[in-house]
Amino acid sequence: MNDPKFDYYARKNPEHEHDHAHDDHAPVNEHDHGPPSEYEILSRAMQELLEQKNLITAEQVRKRMELFEEEFPYRGSQVIARAWVDPAFKQRLLADGRAACAEMGTVLEAERLIAVENTSEVHNVIVCTLCSCYPRALLGMPPTWYKSRNYRSRVVFEPRTVLKEFGTVLPDQVTVRVHDSNADMRYVVIPMRPQGTDGWSEEQLATLLTRDTLVGVTVPHVPA
Amino acid sequence: MASSQQSVIYPASTYTPAPAHRYNIGDRVRVKRAFPPGHQRTPHYIRGKQGMIERICGAFPNPEELAYGFDGKPEKTLYRVRFPQKHVWPHYAGPSHDVIEMEIFEHWLEPASHDDGATHGGSS
Repeated sequence: MNDPKFDYYARKNPEHEHDHAHDDHAPVNEHDHGPPSEYEILSRAMQELLEQKNLITAEQVRKRMELFEEEFPYRGSQVIARAWVDPAFKQRLLADGRAACAEMGTVLEAERLIAVENTSEVHNVIVCTLCSCYPRALLGMPPTWYKSRNYRSRVVFEPRTVLKEFGTVLPDQVTVRVHDSNADMRYVVIPMRPQGTDGWSEEQLATLLTRDTLVGVTVPHVPA
Repeated sequence: MASSQQSVIYPASTYTPAPAHRYNIGDRVRVKRAFPPGHQRTPHYIRGKQGMIERICGAFPNPEELAYGFDGKPEKTLYRVRFPQKHVWPHYAGPSHDVIEMEIFEHWLEPASHDDGATHGGSS
């Protein structure tokens, strides 16, 4: 690790000299303190190799990160709002999530999507007990609590207690249907459309459909 | 960026054909109670438990092979299986109609007998 070309720490040193500008790279997380993890180093090394081979550019990587933060988180609420106003679309979404999203121009890339519908009899909630599988192309990056050991281990065996901690209290006659997103499918919840939203536009309805309602830990409400 | 993305062919559907599926929707199945070494997508808590086939997702590369750099072929049929919570967790505190569902590959399933109980439940 003494050769500065391969020494991550040496390259992070502002005094170092080399022949490329730092602006070509995706931004580093300024909130990180301490040395980078093994995976960060691996990921940097891989990106630099791919750039040197002209397979990707730093600009592409940056734009990709931007998509996950700026665009993907809003796709899910748009799709579900459409399902609320268009019953035929909802049926197609329930039958085949990917195909229905594609109709709206929302390409989920490799993700296989299953939509599950809340009714007055059934409440759905999503988890991945094995890791943190999440429909990222539809909802963006998963929230911290979704990845936490606490949520992943408890929502499968005491879902009603966990939901209550999120402020969602369900009567006993409602069936709680937990979905462990443990293999190739990804999931999104179609919540029940709240009372008092007759005549709302899709755009207005989408504002009620927060990330947590689409994972099923909360239900949408019309603001008082 | 956009042009390079569009050159990739993505699958049109969530589901893929599974011509050789052993189980059908509604069949009662048991997850094998096996603990082989290696990477698996079958959670430990569900091994040995009985449920009902909820849907057939299609044929997908075997994750137990993919994890070690192989191509995952031949593909394995993937099912969604519904389990009554009271059966999965004997001390489950909620009502008996609560369920948990997950994806299980065919080679992890075996037929369950009808009189074993614990296969009711669910809302459909």
